[in-house]
Amino acid sequence: MELLFAAPALPLDEAGKYVAGAYVVFVVLLVVYVAIMAAKVQRIERELREVAAIAERNKEIQAAPGREAEEAAPYG
Amino acid sequence: MYGKGLKPLSIATVAMLALSLSLVFFYAPLDGDQGFIQKIFYLHVPLAIVALVGFIAGGVFAVLHLRSDDRKWDAYSYVSIHISVIFGVAVLITGAIWAKASWGHWWVWDEPTLVSFLIVFLLYATYYPFRYAIEDRDRQARYASVFAVTAGAFVPLNFMAVRMAQSLVHPRTFATAEGGMPGEMMLTFLCSLAAMALLWTTLVKFELTAKSASGQVKRLRRALDAPVAGGGSRIAPEVS
Amino acid sequence: MTPSRAAFAAILAKDLRSELRTLQSLPAMALFSVTTFVIFRFGLDRTSLSGSLAAGVLWATLLFAAVLGINRLFVAEREEGGFDAIRLAPIDRSVLFTAKVAALLVYLLALELVAVPIFAIFFLEDAAGLGPLILVLVLTDLGLAATGTLISSMAVNSRARDLLVPLVLLPLAVPLMIAATGATEPLLSLGGPSYDRFGTWLMVLGLYDLIFGLVGYAVFDFLLED
Repeated sequence: MELLFAAPALPLDEAGKYVAGAYVVFVVLLVVYVAIMAAKVQRIERELREVAAIAERNKEIQAAPGREAEEAAPYG
Repeated sequence: MYGKGLKPLSIATVAMLALSLSLVFFYAPLDGDQGFIQKIFYLHVPLAIVALVGFIAGGVFAVLHLRSDDRKWDAYSYVSIHISVIFGVAVLITGAIWAKASWGHWWVWDEPTLVSFLIVFLLYATYYPFRYAIEDRDRQARYASVFAVTAGAFVPLNFMAVRMAQSLVHPRTFATAEGGMPGEMMLTFLCSLAAMALLWTTLVKFELTAKSASGQVKRLRRALDAPVAGGGSRIAPEVS
Repeated sequence: MTPSRAAFAAILAKDLRSELRTLQSLPAMALFSVTTFVIFRFGLDRTSLSGSLAAGVLWATLLFAAVLGINRLFVAEREEGGFDAIRLAPIDRSVLFTAKVAALLVYLLALELVAVPIFAIFFLEDAAGLGPLILVLVLTDLGLAATGTLISSMAVNSRARDLLVPLVLLPLAVPLMIAATGATEPLLSLGGPSYDRFGTWLMVLGLYDLIFGLVGYAVFDFLLED
């Protein structure tokens, strides 16, 4: 494989495309990763909203147990 | 607290990446043999080195997991391997681009390092279906650690064996027309290596922080007796 | 005899006796090998092989046949409570690992006793390279046995266990195959056997056996926890 060292380097405009391609691949993978993580964070935010709502509801039930309990369990 | 220090770490990563990219394109001299193509090397090789070290780190965390039975080490091991596999994809694609530009083929079997890396990548790619196939979470974590340890021991042995299979060794020298690797190239390479290492660490920390946040939400739900949301990964270890 | 030695002998004897009685894995592995040789004859459109082609066909076939046997290695333990028995016994649990490695080694050697002569009859011009080949076979089988036992013991406790062994074992077996074919190729070359780098490849095989034997022995205890 002595050709390896005898072969002339590609002309700059052609070589540039390959180099750029490699760096583009790197950036794209990085951004795809960020996008996936963004989706995860969105899900966490949604779940936190739900949990906050549940916590607030529980607080209301505790503060006015009589009225709320009656509404919540009409047969109780 | 997994998120602690994530911000300064990511700032350092961005700074280092910017520095090394500048060095690659404005400072490092042109290679005597390969010309501009050689610039890919500053991306491809650091990614490969960091990925391999990441795999070994996954094995080390796995040992810690087996010895301490603390699930957090399983999470560290999983995330280390996960991020390294992603880096591995980048290594193989940039390697193929480099091969195409250098020798006209998208893949060459003559490059022992690239071939070894492919084999290692193929092994770690089986980590996911392997975990998926084991249903009991405790057992899954333990077996995954055994896998990570075995695979970690495999990496150096594999590189040695593949290198030996080449009867002709292609010296990959980075050189200007004078020969040898000049200081400017070495500096650029080291900066790129540091940047990739920082990037890997940032992504691992990022992933662990997100997992931890998910875990805390589950904890909140349990404390409030709220229904636990269905779904969630069958294989990714939970962090709490 | 120490309790571990006794347990080792007992487990090994049980396995070999069971295989002799039921003859489940060995005939299948042997038949598979011979049929695969025939497939290669037609697939490559060649009636005689030498050098790297011979080495490749032989080792690829042996590897895939080995996977068949490895898949079944722990099935009896799983179905009949062998794992529990080992957990309860007051001995070093890793003895199950060494006993199984020994059993698998015996299976592989038995397989080769049948498959290699048939390979020679089908494809080789002369059998001069077969003598030193024995050394390569033993060392490679040891490596396959160590890694195969390790993976098999985990796969047996999972779903899709038949898939898991070939999936995970094959990449792990690559260095073994590199060294085995590296050593075998000059042995089977047209002009008669040569020993080009023979010692080096044997050392690589030995190193692999050592490393994965130790790794398997060290982690096996963790696999048996429940």
